[in-house]
Amino acid sequence: MRTRNRLALRTLALGYLAVLLVVPVGFVFYRTFEHGASAAWHAVTTPSATHAFWLTIELVAIAVPLNTIFGVVMAIALVRGRFRGRSIVGPLVDLPLALSPVVIGLALILVWGTKGWFGQWLTDHGLQIIFSFPGLLLATIFVSLPFVVRETVPVLREIGTEQEEAAETLGAGPFQTFWRVTLPAIRWGVAYGVILTTARALGEFGAVSVVSGHLAGSTETLTLQVEDRYEAFDLTGAYAAAAVLALIAIAVLASMTLLRRRRGDVAWASS
Amino acid sequence: MGIVVRDVTKRFGEFTALDGVSLEVQSGALTALLGPSGSGKSTLLRTIAGLEHADTGRVLIDGEDRTDAPARDRGVGFVFQHYAAFRHMTVRDNIAFGLTVRKMAKAEIEERVRELLALVHLDGYAGRLPAQLSGGQRQRMSLARALAVRPSVLLLDEPFGALDATVRKELRAWLRRLHNEMHVTTLFVTHDQEEAMEVAEEIVVMHEGRIEQVGSPRDIYERPASDFVMGFVGPVTHLHDAVMRPHDLEVTLDPVPGSVQAMVERVIHLGFEVRVELTSGDGADLWAQLTRAEAEQLELAEGQILHVRPVGELASGNGVSAAHPSVGLAREP
Repeated sequence: MRTRNRLALRTLALGYLAVLLVVPVGFVFYRTFEHGASAAWHAVTTPSATHAFWLTIELVAIAVPLNTIFGVVMAIALVRGRFRGRSIVGPLVDLPLALSPVVIGLALILVWGTKGWFGQWLTDHGLQIIFSFPGLLLATIFVSLPFVVRETVPVLREIGTEQEEAAETLGAGPFQTFWRVTLPAIRWGVAYGVILTTARALGEFGAVSVVSGHLAGSTETLTLQVEDRYEAFDLTGAYAAAAVLALIAIAVLASMTLLRRRRGDVAWASS
Repeated sequence: MGIVVRDVTKRFGEFTALDGVSLEVQSGALTALLGPSGSGKSTLLRTIAGLEHADTGRVLIDGEDRTDAPARDRGVGFVFQHYAAFRHMTVRDNIAFGLTVRKMAKAEIEERVRELLALVHLDGYAGRLPAQLSGGQRQRMSLARALAVRPSVLLLDEPFGALDATVRKELRAWLRRLHNEMHVTTLFVTHDQEEAMEVAEEIVVMHEGRIEQVGSPRDIYERPASDFVMGFVGPVTHLHDAVMRPHDLEVTLDPVPGSVQAMVERVIHLGFEVRVELTSGDGADLWAQLTRAEAEQLELAEGQILHVRPVGELASGNGVSAAHPSVGLAREP
């Protein structure tokens, strides 16, 4: 009886996952290859598609490391620091989670647009932020900002200060303590934060859409490419771009899983 | 002088953790900081280590003023109650940590780690992770880690507090032996008076951020400087207004000069010791600690009427704090 219950529960959970996740994603892949592999290949190798692919990779490659460094520093400041206004900074970091991406995009235009606060000055100096790469980067960084902080803070709290104090009494300076003791202790929290940051940076649509201007082959990321192709009734193109996005996401998840397995996860196992 | 603390005060917000504490610890001594929680003993230890910084006062280690030095430059070894093991490092890397950050040569580190592993009886465990060790082994590892850098002072914060009773007993004896071999100035914090007496040559009793008394285990027990010390380092009972040790009560069948009448409420047999709970004529509770032979002689039974008075030097008024001169002046019907 108990076994049967467990089996039923498992089937339900897996069925839920399948209906909501596996089937739609699988369908994207099915539709991509509906007209054969060469059609799919052709769709992802058009100039605008390859450009969108590399643009997305560039944005992720810049935004994720920046947000990782910021996230770790901010988490340490929030947990270990004793500065004034700490209670305000915490919620502020969460703002990108609460704000609609469209609002974030509009806010960026208000500040950096040609008629915005800094926009005029920047235009005079030949720098264009909105409707070009810097704007896309700002939007991507903005929306993916909180994840490393949020994943690292609880781990930092949990490990406490004793290991760091022990390192200090053993003669380690602040940097040695950070590299040899703190960072290894929080690495899985940070790693998970990096996965979430990457996923968000890859998949961002709203904020990027507002600041992009949708110039195919110039300011169009993969997500925008999906929409663009879909609106142009190029379904194979839309599905192919979507499949590429899904593949990158799967690759990120898989590499993290492998990394974790090879290192041996002692952080969770020990008391 | 190993450690000198001069008039140190430390506040955390409204709470005064250390209130003008001064202390001297001889080089090579094994000293216990004893007190209840919140007495400031851990704060004092952490202030000496440089993990806390005193609001006022000075800290000298081996004759040098270290008040403003960061912990890493003080040359102290520190052992934490919950081990503070570097969980992601093997036992070898944990012990080698202080040597690695000092950029000592690899071969030298290997040699020193081997020595220390032998010293703390962890040979063969070098490749394990802390999670694969028992509590006692982990604490020995962190002791080896602290000793690796050859500290001039070894500080231990409730080092046996997280261990079960048997392991705790073993490690106490072992720490004593280790100290006899190494002669490094050692200061350890404990709230357990038995542990302090068993391990330390000298005990510093702390209470509410101040030092109540400094002395040998015997001094502290037999000549407590205050009622607080008296009550903290051993069992006490009250006879009228006097505070005394329960084994310093003389219990007799018949009245004797200076004795008070009391009724047996309960007799508790604890092996060699027999504990008798009594109610005196004026309704106050007290208890006496007797040997088994004494108890047998009295043929103790509940409801029995006995006579009690302070024994030995207590009868003449010595050894009890001066605030209570009324001992021995009790009335007798």
